[in-house]
Amino acid sequence: MNKLRKFDTKVQYLKYKVLREVARQAWNDTLLENVMDIPKIIVPGKTPTMRCCVYKERAILAERVKIAMGGNSDRQNVIEVIDIACDECPAAGYEVTDSCRGCLAHRCEDVCKRGAIYFDHNHVAHIDKSKCVECGQCAKVCPYSAIANRKRPCQNACKIKAISINDDKAAQIDDSKCVSCGACVYQCPFGAISDKSFILNVIDLLKKCERGKNYKLYAVVAPSISSQFTYAKLGQVITGLKELGFHTVVEAALGADMVAQAESKELAETGFLTSSCCPAFVEYINKSFPQLKPNVSHNLSPMATIAKYIKDTTPNSKIVFIGPCTAKKMEAQLDTVKPYVDSVLTFEELQALFDSRDIDLTTLEEGVLDNASYFGRIFARCGGLADAVAEGLKEQGLDDFELNAVSCDGIEECKKALTMKSKNLLKANFIEGMACVGGCIGGAGCLTHGAKDKMQVDKYGQEAMEKTILDAISILK
Amino acid sequence: MKVTVCIGSSCHIKGSRRVVEQLQSLIAQYDLGDKVELGGTFCMGQCQKGVCVTVDETFYSVSPEDVGEFFETNIKAKV
Repeated sequence: MNKLRKFDTKVQYLKYKVLREVARQAWNDTLLENVMDIPKIIVPGKTPTMRCCVYKERAILAERVKIAMGGNSDRQNVIEVIDIACDECPAAGYEVTDSCRGCLAHRCEDVCKRGAIYFDHNHVAHIDKSKCVECGQCAKVCPYSAIANRKRPCQNACKIKAISINDDKAAQIDDSKCVSCGACVYQCPFGAISDKSFILNVIDLLKKCERGKNYKLYAVVAPSISSQFTYAKLGQVITGLKELGFHTVVEAALGADMVAQAESKELAETGFLTSSCCPAFVEYINKSFPQLKPNVSHNLSPMATIAKYIKDTTPNSKIVFIGPCTAKKMEAQLDTVKPYVDSVLTFEELQALFDSRDIDLTTLEEGVLDNASYFGRIFARCGGLADAVAEGLKEQGLDDFELNAVSCDGIEECKKALTMKSKNLLKANFIEGMACVGGCIGGAGCLTHGAKDKMQVDKYGQEAMEKTILDAISILK
Repeated sequence: MKVTVCIGSSCHIKGSRRVVEQLQSLIAQYDLGDKVELGGTFCMGQCQKGVCVTVDETFYSVSPEDVGEFFETNIKAKV
């Protein structure tokens, strides 16, 4: 079986192999004695496949093993740089390449407001770095695409500028700015930035529950699961989770229904709100727009809301959230959320967990997953939350309140809306903030990111038995 | 008396919402609100017997069609 089809990149595949091996050893209670051998299990022999030599490959793999086992506990941030894996990419910014033909038009010169473009005796363009502000306009207008941006992929991915370059030329994360969205994790072509894994905690929870004898272990899954594990059926993923030892699987989307109900009410009362579902967006407000903190919706996220409901109604239960999100790993550590969510896994990590037990999803019977409404399920894609709040207002007879929502697709759009709001220039009365482009389906912990993902979420939404928010939550007393 | 209805996926598909709604209205109709505590839980581990309902610790399999009868014999008669 070609395992690669499950992932977008070979970096993800490598990370998965490390997680799978760590998980296998943990299930067998042999992790402590074999932990030093894992790099050699993954890169056997003497021929390097990724780096200059097998020794460097193994040294980096040893770091990956540490991150798979929970990473550096001195740092709270779940996003970590593996210094020795960082290839110290050139970071020169915009440069004219040898594709420049020395044309007559000189669009680059005309568009540059800083006068940073000059020409040599062959009419070939050059950039005066003392004047250039890296706006990129010259690159956009060049008919030969001769101007390239030599920005590091990690810095390019981090639209809130939390990544800089340290004295050793390796990437470094400013924890006072970082919101743990994981964009850099997904974009670094060398896999030098990674999210700490709690897969060992989850294995421990699974082992100690002894299939429900000691406590019931619930898997709460994010609705973006509908765009994942596409090589199998969703029902087979549910059965796979139960085979791992989970008592049952509950949709986080039901928590989203509860949030939509409460949030629309809160919005009608206060007149302005920003959403509180995306932990990276909330953290961005906390760190970069503290003056807007009072405007953040007071509702817990869908994950925490449904987890709280389960714990309130079912004594002796524990909860693992499974989703596309690295920032959820931070949210689960908040004092307000910690009592409800015991651990967090990404879809990447879940794939490794299945394979560590040799569970082949495609051979399993189909289980069922149906708790939430259409509206709870579409939270997974950008715009879904605003649609659900509009529905919540309608269903509760709050039609008098005129919703004017702005759905921010990615942290750059969030930044724009929050900046405008902080200057009192925003007309909208509700900001739906999604740190990942596309919404949760664009999350860094997804196995794959595809053009059809949004369609799949909408289809999954339409398959929900309950069509309205009130119907979905009417069973909750 | 504590009545718990399973609202897990399997029972939900078999109509646990209709069971809950009927029980809510019957409890209100007979004014048993202070005596009967109605609650939900996700999965009782007996999905094939859904909709799963427990009255205190006793297990019952209830379909949305016979909620009335179930209420009469196992709730109203026993409170």
